[in-house]
Amino acid sequence: MEVGLKMTMKGGGGDHVGGCDKEKMGFEETELRLGLPGGGGGGGDGEVVRKRGFSETVDLKLNLSSKQDTSGIDPNDEKVKGLHQEKNLLLSAIDPAKPPAKAQVVGWPPVRSFRKNMLAATTQKSSSEESGEKAALVKVSMDGAPYLRKVDLRMYTSYHQLSDALAKMFSSFTIGNCGSQGIKDFMNESKLMDLLNGSDYVPTYEDKDGDWMLVGDVPWEMFVESCKRLRIMKGTEAIGLGYTKSCGEMQEEKLKEVGVVNRATCSFDLVGRLLHACTSSSSSS
Amino acid sequence: MNYFPDEVLEHVFDFITSHKDRNSVSLVCKSWYKIERYSRQRVFIGNCYSISPERLIARFPGLKSLTLKGKPHFADFNLVPHDWGGFVYPWIKALAKSRIGLEELRLKRMVVSDESLELLSKSFVNFKSLVLVSCEGFTTDGLAAIAANCRGEVNLGALERLVSRSPNLKSLRLNRAVPLDTLQKLLMRAPQLVDLGIGSYVHDPFSEVYNKLKIAIQRCKSIRSLSGFLEVAPHCMSAIYPICGNLTFLNLSYAPGLHGNKLMKLIQHCRKLQRLWILDCIGDKGLGVVALTCKELQELRVFPSDPFGAGNAAVTEEGLVLVSAGCPKLNSLLYFCQQMTNAALITVAKNCPNFIRFRLCILDPIKPDPVTNQPLDEGFGAIVQSCKGLKRLSLSGLLTDQVFLYIGMYAEQLEMLSIAFAADSDKGMLYVLNGCKKLRKLEIRDCPFGDAALLEDVGKYETMRSLWMSSCEVTLGGCKSVAEKMPSLNVEIIDECEQMEFNLDDKQKVDKMYLYRTLVGHRKDAPEYVSIL
Repeated sequence: MEVGLKMTMKGGGGDHVGGCDKEKMGFEETELRLGLPGGGGGGGDGEVVRKRGFSETVDLKLNLSSKQDTSGIDPNDEKVKGLHQEKNLLLSAIDPAKPPAKAQVVGWPPVRSFRKNMLAATTQKSSSEESGEKAALVKVSMDGAPYLRKVDLRMYTSYHQLSDALAKMFSSFTIGNCGSQGIKDFMNESKLMDLLNGSDYVPTYEDKDGDWMLVGDVPWEMFVESCKRLRIMKGTEAIGLGYTKSCGEMQEEKLKEVGVVNRATCSFDLVGRLLHACTSSSSSS
Repeated sequence: MNYFPDEVLEHVFDFITSHKDRNSVSLVCKSWYKIERYSRQRVFIGNCYSISPERLIARFPGLKSLTLKGKPHFADFNLVPHDWGGFVYPWIKALAKSRIGLEELRLKRMVVSDESLELLSKSFVNFKSLVLVSCEGFTTDGLAAIAANCRGEVNLGALERLVSRSPNLKSLRLNRAVPLDTLQKLLMRAPQLVDLGIGSYVHDPFSEVYNKLKIAIQRCKSIRSLSGFLEVAPHCMSAIYPICGNLTFLNLSYAPGLHGNKLMKLIQHCRKLQRLWILDCIGDKGLGVVALTCKELQELRVFPSDPFGAGNAAVTEEGLVLVSAGCPKLNSLLYFCQQMTNAALITVAKNCPNFIRFRLCILDPIKPDPVTNQPLDEGFGAIVQSCKGLKRLSLSGLLTDQVFLYIGMYAEQLEMLSIAFAADSDKGMLYVLNGCKKLRKLEIRDCPFGDAALLEDVGKYETMRSLWMSSCEVTLGGCKSVAEKMPSLNVEIIDECEQMEFNLDDKQKVDKMYLYRTLVGHRKDAPEYVSIL
């Protein structure tokens, strides 16, 4: 870290006791301290030198060590090593076989008593993470597309890969008379362009509890564990997933890609790729 | 000279609500002082011993709302004996005797006896609001008095009727004792609720009641704040999802039963969250989900679920870095963790320059950076240098005098600093006292600061609300010296172990010292083990 030198040491007013000498000392210290962590300045060997460390406090408060040094600690290496040894002694004295019960110092950690009491009473259940090595086959549907596909999520290691695969899959539609207006819309070029630009589609998935979630929110591994099926939904239907009118810029009619795709850490670009792939492979309507 | 009649000025002053501003206004001239004091309705007293109730009443006859704080902050962690002080009774008594039309009383770290509550409930016709934060001394009898005299008896049936009759009810917090069907009925009657606290949330997801509850919850479109879940059945949380999108405050710090995937799913629904209080069982991964979902997050508090545990507390520096990267509006942090690195702190400082409150608590208080084995001076230094608006800072981990040099140099807006098990010498404390011009509260425990630091600039303490030093190197003689030089300060020695009784040597180290500025001299209600020098 760079430490910028300030022109005046704080507190340099003449009304302070100790005046000039202390200030000069301050400047010297500052100059020494410029630069990288661990470089230069006192405590050079990185050893901990303190008058009364945590470990010693523990000793005092538990009355475990036989003597109490009240004359103050001379900050030199030997004493420091002594302190460390004392701490080690403390730990081994308890019982090396069992993990040492954390010695309790009054008021540490700084948690209010009602929190401590409440949490002590509850046993911590380990989180029940189901891990399976078997294939994670899920159906993928896209609103307006004539049929579903299936993918094995374990074949991919990231959202990016999945989106590539899906784009390829859905671009192989043939245009037929499937009857539904939805499909005609889907294959209509100008509508497709609207979709591309307006991005009305939102990739979602159904998880193990039956809830529909937006794709891209969780780390990949977690997604694979919990995804039961995928559905690329029309924006209007994704409202119940938390994108409601009250959510700022989101409108009911037109859910933008922004909320899903432009997340800093997620490069999931399924919608754009899919639609782009479809446009390029479809004949003009 | 005033060109306006008093009434006009008073009307103008009505628009000035901040305490600081009103204090400034009152200093302009005698006339403004007079007008301001008659029109002031809200008064904040940060230390109940800095002024007397009589003087308060004399100056502000129009007082309607009073905020009082009693014990020093470290009292929260059992460092201050229960009967040290901070009794609210004399205040209520004095206010009751006067003709003050008190409507609201907000107390923090005060001792509130049943007697005070009774007196309070009987003395003020327009009394509306009592807020107690970290207070003690009362029993359910006392609260019953408030309830009986101010509103009417409260039982479940009555609660339902009360809620039905209260179309303006905004905040409802229930404890464990409220059963599910009552909760459901209450919610049906109060769809306008803004703040909901659920005590017990355990039910059979296939029951009729649960279905009704789901419907009731969906109607509560105004709920912005949710807390509680002291007991929780995680598989029933999906009923809550419909209102999650509107939440701005979620407090799950009492819900250890909620963790893992269920917790993360809940959070994924809370896209508008501004404040999140959570337990560390959320883990670094969970904090990653927060970072991806909660783009509006301003305040994060992560509490330890196992404060004295073997050390598998689930959050490390990684979780914090993730949140800092994902939530650029973050300005307030309380973070209990296993470990911290300088690199992480430097990254956090870069990502979030807007911190106002930064409180970091590494469970092992002298733990160095585990990667480099260095003290955390540089990391905290980066925080204070980057966050120019930082007002409150709590340090932990291995720290030398160096970090205090940085704090003195860069933390220009710092008002409150908490230090424990840090520093190498008096220099540390001196850097802070010399550098932080706006410092109001300094609390120190188990640091090697002695008389030299304490006595360097005693005038400084008059610019501050208070200074707490425990298990440091200051001596009785040093404290006496401060008291002698500064009659406007009360210098209290808290001596529970009765060290002082047998050894009044000035060289004796003082276990606990608390000094604060005051206009009313020594207090008369101190217990035996407290000496005011």
